[in-house]
Amino acid sequence: MADMTYAAAGAAALAEMMEADPTVWALGEDLGRGGVFGQYAGLPERFGPQRIVSTPISEAAIMGVGVGAAVTGTRPVVEMRFADFALCATDELINQAAKARYMFGGQTRVPLTVRMPVGMWRSSAAQHSQSLEALYTHIPGLVVMMPATPADNYAMLKAAILSDDPVVYLEHKNLWPMPGAVDLAAAPCRIGTANLARQGADLTIVTWSATLHDVLAAAERAPADVEVIDLRTLWPWDRATVFDSVRKTGRLLIAHEAVVVGGFGAEIAASVGEALHSDLRAPVRRIGAPKLPIGYAPTLENQIKLGPERIDAAIARMLARGRASETCGCPRSQFGRE
Amino acid sequence: MDDLRNLDRDRFLDLHRQMLRIRALEETALRGLKDGLVLGAIHPSIGQEAIAAGVAGQLRRDDILLSTHRGHGHTLAKGADPEAMMRELFGRQGGNCGGKGGSMHIADFSVGMLGANGVVGANIIIATGAAHAISLHGDDRVVACFFGDGATNRGPFLEGLNWAAVFNLPVLFICEDNGFAATTRTEDLTAGPGPAARAEAFGIAAETIDGNDITAVVEAADRLVTQVRRDRRPAFLLAKTYRLTGHTGADPASYRAAEEVERAWSNDPIARSAALLTAAGVTTQTLTDMSADIAQEMEGVFQAARAAPRPEVGDALTDVLDARQSGMEVA
Repeated sequence: MADMTYAAAGAAALAEMMEADPTVWALGEDLGRGGVFGQYAGLPERFGPQRIVSTPISEAAIMGVGVGAAVTGTRPVVEMRFADFALCATDELINQAAKARYMFGGQTRVPLTVRMPVGMWRSSAAQHSQSLEALYTHIPGLVVMMPATPADNYAMLKAAILSDDPVVYLEHKNLWPMPGAVDLAAAPCRIGTANLARQGADLTIVTWSATLHDVLAAAERAPADVEVIDLRTLWPWDRATVFDSVRKTGRLLIAHEAVVVGGFGAEIAASVGEALHSDLRAPVRRIGAPKLPIGYAPTLENQIKLGPERIDAAIARMLARGRASETCGCPRSQFGRE
Repeated sequence: MDDLRNLDRDRFLDLHRQMLRIRALEETALRGLKDGLVLGAIHPSIGQEAIAAGVAGQLRRDDILLSTHRGHGHTLAKGADPEAMMRELFGRQGGNCGGKGGSMHIADFSVGMLGANGVVGANIIIATGAAHAISLHGDDRVVACFFGDGATNRGPFLEGLNWAAVFNLPVLFICEDNGFAATTRTEDLTAGPGPAARAEAFGIAAETIDGNDITAVVEAADRLVTQVRRDRRPAFLLAKTYRLTGHTGADPASYRAAEEVERAWSNDPIARSAALLTAAGVTTQTLTDMSADIAQEMEGVFQAARAAPRPEVGDALTDVLDARQSGMEVA
């Protein structure tokens, strides 16, 4: 076990993979200086400029070169600096990286890891703050991962680099300095496995990335027994863990930093609604950002943020439903699952 | 340059055969389009065969080639099997991509042909990435990246050429300037003196040749491939040509005068190659027999592709991650 920050855990994972496999390399703007957030600190000195490559501000080329290099026998880790900038490389990610394996009939794989720092951080406003994970979960061919802890950033980044399919790997900027215990002997996380972060019997909250920590704090305050699932991988997502939990608690709240409309919470809510209607004691609810650009001033940015009050209120509202005989409108037995 | 006296006649006979095969393959594909056997759009390279044959002929099998939506010629010339290609165009089992790609995504990784591309210019940075990987591997392969004049107005052209120059990557960029960006004359919407000048702005030496002259293509490609392989730096070849068909197989190209196209046919690279060979002593009979052999080969290709079965329904669920959660009912 080692104590390290979320940023350092990512660097440790990358270093370990680069030691183990000479075809692993990283490319992105300012990586030679350790990356814009210091998440590559120490790696330029250790691996040199051929494998920790500082690139021009050419997002399309960073991603496109990553695709070309991934189909030519290497495992590139491309750094997008801010997830918002990855939109300059949309064709390269969505039309090329995600499609190459399928449209070429399995002649190639694309072992590409795309690191995208996400989230609201230090009044960064509309073009440096977004959480765009739902875009990528919509695209066939992409794995989408969002680590929430140093331990997971270590184990999940290793798994991403080992993946033969392209991985959109979204790290939260607010988590960079977060300390935590990291098991450096841990095997890579299995892609598509959620983490049961807190056990409880009354309500399931599914969340991911930095919001996990807000939700865990809210769960401690809650006047009931709240189960918290850190989804970790959004695609493919761990339906079994979520479904098992919802069958047990009968209540599901999904909390994420991203815009609620069309967010990944909608996919989870719909899936649970389709599969587990008769198990639900209350309607499934989602909380996240309103559909507004992220404002600069704190009074504006706070309108977007999922603060403790909104999480507490959502929990209270969920718990008020489905008590005793009250259900989601129909007698439970009518659906005959029990 | 149009003079074979000092050149290897057999070599140019082989190149002539390759050009004829590309032409015949595409004419067969157009026949398939007419018969409803080709399912999606195809973009013929009729009139541009000398560039594909001439450049690909200078590459090793393990060298890498990236192509465009107009990629049949490049693919065949790099060594792909024409029957597998026709099966792909017809959406059949045994196609290069198992019927999943069609014309615009044709690829044969076994011969280093890493894909046509449905997005103009997208292959330029992918080719640059393949070259970057070669540079990391430290071997002596080179990458040939084909694109059209229309692609030089896209961002990846700037980003890819800059990158290849900055990192000293072994890429030969080949701009096939056929005068048209889809159905618009490129010159009407392009500022400045053109693609070669743009390449030179990055410090990449650029040469301009008559892309309908197979001897000029071979001479330049041979020299530039050797140079890129040796110097591990990019080079740029601008090959002037003319697209004798419309943008797609279904495009009548009514935006240009019939006389213009007629004039262009008199500059057909295959007719020019035949004239050279004849002047160098190759008999008309030899050339006629060659054409007949190829016609027979492509007739076989057509019939075999037509007879091949469609992909299995279940194939929709392969070659993609996690089909289990695809939303498609899986037994």
